[in-house]
Amino acid sequence: MTQRMTNRFAKLAEENRPAFVTYFMGGDPNFETSVEIMKGLPAAGADVIELGMPFSDPMADGPSIQAAGLRALKQGQNLTRTFDMVRAFREHDEETPIVLMGYYNPIYQYGSEKFLDDAKEAGVDGMIIVDLPPEMDEELCIPALSRDLNFIRLATPTTDEKRLPKVLSNTSGFLYYVSINGITGAAAPKPEEVAKSVTHIKAKTDIPICVGFGVRTAEQAAVIGRAADGVVVGSAIVSTVAESLNGDQPTENTVSNTLELVASIAEGVRTARN
Amino acid sequence: MNVQSPNSFRMGPDEEGQFGIFGGRFVAETLMPNILELDEAYTKAKKDPEFLSELEYLNKHYTGRPSPLYFAERLTEHLGGAKVYFKRDELNHTGSHKINNCLGQILLAKRMGKKRIIAETGAGQHGVASATVAARFGYPCMVYMGAKDVHRQSPNVFRMKLLGAEIESVTAGAGTLKDAMNEALRDWVTNVEDTYYLIGTAAGPHPYPELVRDFQSVIGKETREQIQEAEGRLPDMLIASVGGGSNAIGLFHPFLDDESVQIVGVEAGGKGLDGDEHCASLTAGRPGVLHGNRTYLLQDAEGQIEEGASISAGLDYPGIGPEHSWLKDTGRVEYVPIMDTEALEAFQLLCRLEGIIPALEPSHALAEVVKRAPAMDKDQIIVMNLCGRGDKDVHTVAEALGIEV
Repeated sequence: MTQRMTNRFAKLAEENRPAFVTYFMGGDPNFETSVEIMKGLPAAGADVIELGMPFSDPMADGPSIQAAGLRALKQGQNLTRTFDMVRAFREHDEETPIVLMGYYNPIYQYGSEKFLDDAKEAGVDGMIIVDLPPEMDEELCIPALSRDLNFIRLATPTTDEKRLPKVLSNTSGFLYYVSINGITGAAAPKPEEVAKSVTHIKAKTDIPICVGFGVRTAEQAAVIGRAADGVVVGSAIVSTVAESLNGDQPTENTVSNTLELVASIAEGVRTARN
Repeated sequence: MNVQSPNSFRMGPDEEGQFGIFGGRFVAETLMPNILELDEAYTKAKKDPEFLSELEYLNKHYTGRPSPLYFAERLTEHLGGAKVYFKRDELNHTGSHKINNCLGQILLAKRMGKKRIIAETGAGQHGVASATVAARFGYPCMVYMGAKDVHRQSPNVFRMKLLGAEIESVTAGAGTLKDAMNEALRDWVTNVEDTYYLIGTAAGPHPYPELVRDFQSVIGKETREQIQEAEGRLPDMLIASVGGGSNAIGLFHPFLDDESVQIVGVEAGGKGLDGDEHCASLTAGRPGVLHGNRTYLLQDAEGQIEEGASISAGLDYPGIGPEHSWLKDTGRVEYVPIMDTEALEAFQLLCRLEGIIPALEPSHALAEVVKRAPAMDKDQIIVMNLCGRGDKDVHTVAEALGIEV
């Protein structure tokens, strides 16, 4: 685990509250606006930032994240600019962990080793690569761990007893529990089932477990945050960006609406265990 | 071509589901248990005499196999060179080779206790074949099809509906096969517990490239026997069109270790390789990761996938089955592009010379036959896979020729 990630989860444990993990799409609706959103996230209550890297064919994502990715690509977002965003953020914030989230092909084309070196240098703490299951660990996971970058794995309701040890091996930073079978932004998870699954996984590992997919409101976040070590919100944030746009252009409300939504969900996360 | 030639070209994939560096299992964790379950089910099924005999029975009595190996006498005379044979998979039930794979997979779905079938389709041939086997075995079936393809392949859309399938028109991206595959994968992730994803080509995560190839290899196995019977020897050349590559790998695979047999795969060159309106992923693309496998892809410098373009909806895919990528790099198979206009000409030539209306997909292979046969000796033999019939394409062809039907 990077020091930033360790420190962050240690601090949250001390405060006895779950982490609020916020996903947004880098470069959406354009580079400058998304840098502004990113810089505002910690003050709005984000404990960990997931920075989305756009891909033309995001197979595990729903319509809102897919559309956000296409907007970002149209504006010229790429991995070089993703690292520029991280550097810009790090000028003001040395504490908040940053996790890159996306698909493998753009990384493979950039060069896996170069990607990891540049990520490390820019101040990235970890990555979630949706289409790299444990069977493909040689591609990026092992080289990432050797550079002390976290490789955060997804576990899902289909991850059974037999599969779980494989998913937990080489996972670091936190485990991202996908609360539903489905794509991002889909149906809301059932809190009782999530709690049961989280408790079950916790018995097998010490690393924090953050829960996402389908969490959209402060109320849902509060319920999920009772059992989990963290709550991930993505599509709701991305949708708020989209709703604020005029065509594909940002408006004066884009940053403020987005950060207000983050702040309101953060309230739910923070009061989860009160 | 820096890859060392293996002792056999027919041993792949390895335990990781890879052909050299190609293939693999690049999928979301949600799907991993399913893919491993499928692998296990297929490993058992392919050794089970009951499974094999049921498939053989259906191939014979439902599809009408073996398909004939036909000597195209007038075409051969016209070209004035090598003898041209067609493997007539367009005569199969449903009108293309796609049924070979669908029957195999529906039997797997049944063994695995799945309740629902989903499929993606480009030209609609695989959609029709999927809807057909779903009807035959009593499964609900959802077919994902790009909006552009729904329009240009409307006869097939109606056929699928008649067969009881639901069609989901996909508008995302360019509305073609790749986008249909994305949507099918999203459906699968969402309904992973009870749904069987019937992939139509020899691509996707392991074990799909292997099992689709195996089910399609019936084409090459029959061809071997039939050409021995007709000519007393193996052919000098095999030619087949490649989109995802299932008809081609089905013909090629049983011949891969026969050094005397030259093998040619034909990609859709669209309007030419200089622009971006083509689907020649092997000739003009480079290795990348999409739809569960590493393979040659059409993509920009930053790894974003580009839309292909071809007059043939069935070849309109920016990727290619991983085994073809490996066969290209090892040099065992030569891959060449054929332009829309060349395919159109070949299409018309076959109608007039042999009384066969071919699909636009094998018309690409035919155009390559037209190029090669005249330069070969008269005692040499070419076998081409005539993998689909052209009824579905008559509107597209009429439009391209500026004729109102």
